[in-house]
Amino acid sequence: MTNSLYLVKPEIVVTIVLVCIITFNLIFKDKPQALPWLSVIGLMITSYFVVEQFSYNSFAFASTDYKGLLVTDPFGAFFKILIVLSSVIVILFSISNKELDSAADRLGEYYSLIFGMILGMFFMVSAADLILIYLSVELLSLSSYVLAGFTKNTLRNSEASLKYVIYGGVSSGIMLFGISIVYGLTGTTNLYEINSLIQAPQINQITLLFAGILIFTGIGFKISVAPFHFWTPDVYEGAPVTITAYLSVASKAAGFALLIRFIKVTFIKSINAEGYWQVINVIDWKSFFILISIITMTLGNFAALWQNNMKRLLAYSSIAHAGYIMLGLVVMSNEGILAIIIYFTVYAIMNLGAFFIVMLIANKIGSEELDDYKGLGYSTPVLGISLAIFLISLTGLPPTAGFIAKLYLFIALVDAKMIGVAIIALLNTVVSLYYYIRVLKNMYLDKPGKEIPKFSASIPNLVLLIALVAPIIFFGIYFSPVVNLAKSSLTLFGF
Amino acid sequence: MAQVGLNHFLVISSILFCFGIFGIITRKNAVMVLMGIELILNSANINFIAFARYGSFGFQGQLIALFVIVLAAAEAAVALAIVLNIYKTFSNVNVDEIDNLKE
Repeated sequence: MTNSLYLVKPEIVVTIVLVCIITFNLIFKDKPQALPWLSVIGLMITSYFVVEQFSYNSFAFASTDYKGLLVTDPFGAFFKILIVLSSVIVILFSISNKELDSAADRLGEYYSLIFGMILGMFFMVSAADLILIYLSVELLSLSSYVLAGFTKNTLRNSEASLKYVIYGGVSSGIMLFGISIVYGLTGTTNLYEINSLIQAPQINQITLLFAGILIFTGIGFKISVAPFHFWTPDVYEGAPVTITAYLSVASKAAGFALLIRFIKVTFIKSINAEGYWQVINVIDWKSFFILISIITMTLGNFAALWQNNMKRLLAYSSIAHAGYIMLGLVVMSNEGILAIIIYFTVYAIMNLGAFFIVMLIANKIGSEELDDYKGLGYSTPVLGISLAIFLISLTGLPPTAGFIAKLYLFIALVDAKMIGVAIIALLNTVVSLYYYIRVLKNMYLDKPGKEIPKFSASIPNLVLLIALVAPIIFFGIYFSPVVNLAKSSLTLFGF
Repeated sequence: MAQVGLNHFLVISSILFCFGIFGIITRKNAVMVLMGIELILNSANINFIAFARYGSFGFQGQLIALFVIVLAAAEAAVALAIVLNIYKTFSNVNVDEIDNLKE
């Protein structure tokens, strides 16, 4: 048992940093400005151990009669790296977020709760046991409920956290009920054991179908796909913008990693010669996911058309992106997973960038309404052009990295002979162009109601901004590093 | 008299689950909604323990129930703190009156 400890080094480091932050905050109460740097250093050490995990491929804490609670493999390591990177970026955003000023005396809680989320997400991406899945989802949720309402003095903040806690509590409760049924059917909660047990003919298929859908409810809530997306716009709009960015990238990435592992480990019977997964015929996951992803992206894109708040618009856009990403899972092959990994790498950068600019503009003009963005393209050229690049990338137009992400997704769909689905996704991209361009139209073509003085971001923020814009342009032209990284992180344990 | 078996427990847990969902959908008070969530969690707990007892799967199911009880308490603590905060800002806890965030 103890010789597995080297497989959970990143989680151990995260826990230690979490304790360090709390202790530091207790001892040096008057130095909250050191907390983000302490967190960033902690995350750097974590990333070192996560990179180490690319070479591992095994169960952790397995004994003779029980397969392990969690697995360490390159697939999990990729998502951990993604989570660490987005955490670093979000922590750097938090330094200059004005919304947090009203809670300046509680910043220690803020950073320690972020580490609570990171710990939950780390366990989520490597969980191989239904109970660990439930525990890690709850660990992630409990921290994010509090963070969504962190600056609790504003109305929309408290409302966001209430809606989040109610929707989250219900969906994780429903997931637990589904887990209990699977436990009753198979007598185990380990995904690998369940996989071999549900292939037996005496399993009641309807009960298993019911349980599978109940478990999907909990995961679907985390990745905010329809019909479990109702919380997304409200929570994204109400939460502090740094937390919104974090929820839309890291928490969604962890949810997708969990979903892919859950489906691939539990319900795949074999992999045929062309590399497509043969699903155990209990649940037709393929049609189910096609339906869900088409509804999700269509709903997200059309609802975004008449949003006037930037955060709300980006919330609906992130729902639509969850729909696109799900198409990678619909393919049910390694090519689809490759597309998902490429998509997430790009999506993380562009979405964080877009939220960063929304935050910088809100810091200056104190508003996220689209009407207040009129003429901003001229009064703040740097932020305007960067936002334009991020939005074009979110649409998926060349020469940005967003195009590459969508390209690989569509190639995977066409290779799997799902042309119809690909066309629907393409039409959805056209719809999404309208609302992204509407932001740019407001910024560049509309006359502002009142004169806005010229402004720009501070030097550190500009450096951070360039660090986010550069990869979007660079990977749009020269994308083989991303593809190679994705190819090296395709290995799931057991396949 | 009939022997109490697995089915009795499953019926009880399904009824609890349905009551929980019903409470969440119909109740307006946030605290009552949270109680509905607790009912769902407890129905799952009954399932776990009944399956562990009658399926002779060992003690795993009962261990899981202990985990869930702890998590339910943690979740209730966080949720009640948030509800308290809502009461301070809105001076009521009716979920359908808290609707500032709508298009």
